[in-house]
Amino acid sequence: MPSKKDISKAYWRENIKYLILLLSIWFVVSFLLGIVWVESLNKIRIGGFKLGFWIAQQGSMYVFVVLIFIYVRLMNKLDAKYGYSSED
Amino acid sequence: MGLLTWTWLLVGLTFALYIGIAIWARAASSKEFYVAGGGVPPILNGMATAADWMSAASFISLAGIVSFTGYDGSVYLMGWTGGYVLLALLLAPYLRKFGKFTVPDFIGDRYYSNIARTVAVIAALIVSFTYIAGQMRGVGIVFSRYLEVNINTGVYIGMAIVLFYAVLGGMKGITYTQVAQYCVLIFAFMVPAIFISIQMTGNPIPQLGFGGMDSDGVYLLDKLDGLQRELGFHEYTSGAKPMTDVIAITLALMVGTAGLPHVIVRFFTVPKVRDARKSAGWALLFIAILYTTVPAVAVFARTNLIETVSDRPYEQLPQWFKNWETTGLLKYQDKNHDGRVQYLADASKNELSIDRDIMVLANPEIARLPNWVIALVGAGGLAAALSTAAGLLLVIASSISHDLIKKMIKPDITERNELVIARISSVAAVLVAGYFGINPPGFVAAVVALAFGLAAASFFPAIVLGIFDKRMNKEGAVAGMIVGLSFMLWYMLKFKFGLFDGGKSAVAALRSQWWFGISPEGFGSIAMIANFIVSLAVSRFTPPPPPKIRSLVENIRIPSGAGRATTH
Repeated sequence: MPSKKDISKAYWRENIKYLILLLSIWFVVSFLLGIVWVESLNKIRIGGFKLGFWIAQQGSMYVFVVLIFIYVRLMNKLDAKYGYSSED
Repeated sequence: MGLLTWTWLLVGLTFALYIGIAIWARAASSKEFYVAGGGVPPILNGMATAADWMSAASFISLAGIVSFTGYDGSVYLMGWTGGYVLLALLLAPYLRKFGKFTVPDFIGDRYYSNIARTVAVIAALIVSFTYIAGQMRGVGIVFSRYLEVNINTGVYIGMAIVLFYAVLGGMKGITYTQVAQYCVLIFAFMVPAIFISIQMTGNPIPQLGFGGMDSDGVYLLDKLDGLQRELGFHEYTSGAKPMTDVIAITLALMVGTAGLPHVIVRFFTVPKVRDARKSAGWALLFIAILYTTVPAVAVFARTNLIETVSDRPYEQLPQWFKNWETTGLLKYQDKNHDGRVQYLADASKNELSIDRDIMVLANPEIARLPNWVIALVGAGGLAAALSTAAGLLLVIASSISHDLIKKMIKPDITERNELVIARISSVAAVLVAGYFGINPPGFVAAVVALAFGLAAASFFPAIVLGIFDKRMNKEGAVAGMIVGLSFMLWYMLKFKFGLFDGGKSAVAALRSQWWFGISPEGFGSIAMIANFIVSLAVSRFTPPPPPKIRSLVENIRIPSGAGRATTH
């Protein structure tokens, strides 16, 4: 039987792994696609939108919302895996 | 019915609703007063957070800012939404697990120091007061434009309403009125947007509409780019700001959002840790409904405005132009005496000056929408301003009654008395906010944007390190907050107010000295990084935190056992 402390350590490590993954997406979408690479992405068009402009003023915000809900799902699963979800 | 009748009717109805909710949701205990008893369902808390967050500035000014700056306006769109990702992932669940009532509570307990708590209280008060003054002013402006009363009378009415439900209901009353206010403001924002989108592109969804074509079969954005070029402005879809500044401002706004005490405190009101996470998701979804509509409204409004006024004879302009001229938001000066309106980028030839707020306020009139839609915008603007003002008010009241009096001056105070003091401090806070609303210091608008820089430079690093770095001690956190805060203040005073170089007139000349080309608005990101570095460095050369604190950190990292209530 792993100790309570080991369990919480393992939980925390997995949590950090998720955070790094999700925050990397957050960073790439807003700062790289939306700002740094915006000019080159603007050469691609989707209907009336230039892609870079669309990401900066629409797409990034959709991604942010989705990221939080993915995080909620991942963490709920993680809580269940480590037995943290049943308690109040 | 006339516009004025419609406006009084809608404003009266919504105000009656807010008051009704306040009477129903009275706070009986200090826990209900500070955190609504910790029993708000996540979806409702998400709505309340969205209303709390979206101020008069989001509702009235944001579309105008984007309209005039095009791509550069993205800093606000991404900055003010991206912050919620940080909030949800790095702060909300842990602060909920920690429990307690306020941000200074966390800072004071985690850093086992009343100095840290005091620094946090001062930072919370500075941020909240600068912010709330702008809200009360917003209430006054909406009243004066839509209800034809004096701006000051508008501020008094606003003060009375906020006072009523904030003092009576505390966080509980505020939360449920904010839910109603969210519904009012989002309806008020979406209805005109949808109407105009259908008018201009035939598509009822504004988010798609502004990528569509107008009646001539030209893509709207291409048309606008063309119009902008013709008049000498930069292309709408590309920016004029240097890239480093765009990155810095976006980051400062994101981090600042995550560090604003009135937003953070909303996550103390849900029952469990998992609710705090979910609630952040709902909050951002509800915010994104408005924020993704904003760039569409901006494009519609700008195209409409240019096509209606540019190079037209002044005498033939529609009635709304004259109406808004009398408010001073539109100014026409016939420089070349040809009787036509030349709207140009070149300041020496431009004859039209437009206040950015008009893009939302006058948009329904420009698009010739029915009176009830125009009146709705007024009610929506009021909902946005009042909900934010109330949220800030609570932070101020609880900073005084809880953080200052209960935690530092008189720890043995009874629950009853604490509640009385909380109510007295909210009355005092409303009076101060009202004073600033009536006598707005010229710097309010400038300072509101900078409040984010201050929040980014002070709270965010201290809270994040408090959760993610067990070794972080009080010396590190206090040093970091003080360095971050003063660094930000110094840059702001130097480059925004020209304090060290002979006042406001020197500001323009100082632009070339901006560090790495970063504006005062974006400097919060640099000050935040400085805070992180100083905190980490100082903490490594000073004694580690006591074992009690290490187990506190271990405890907030796991979600179970949050408890329905906080015990103290």
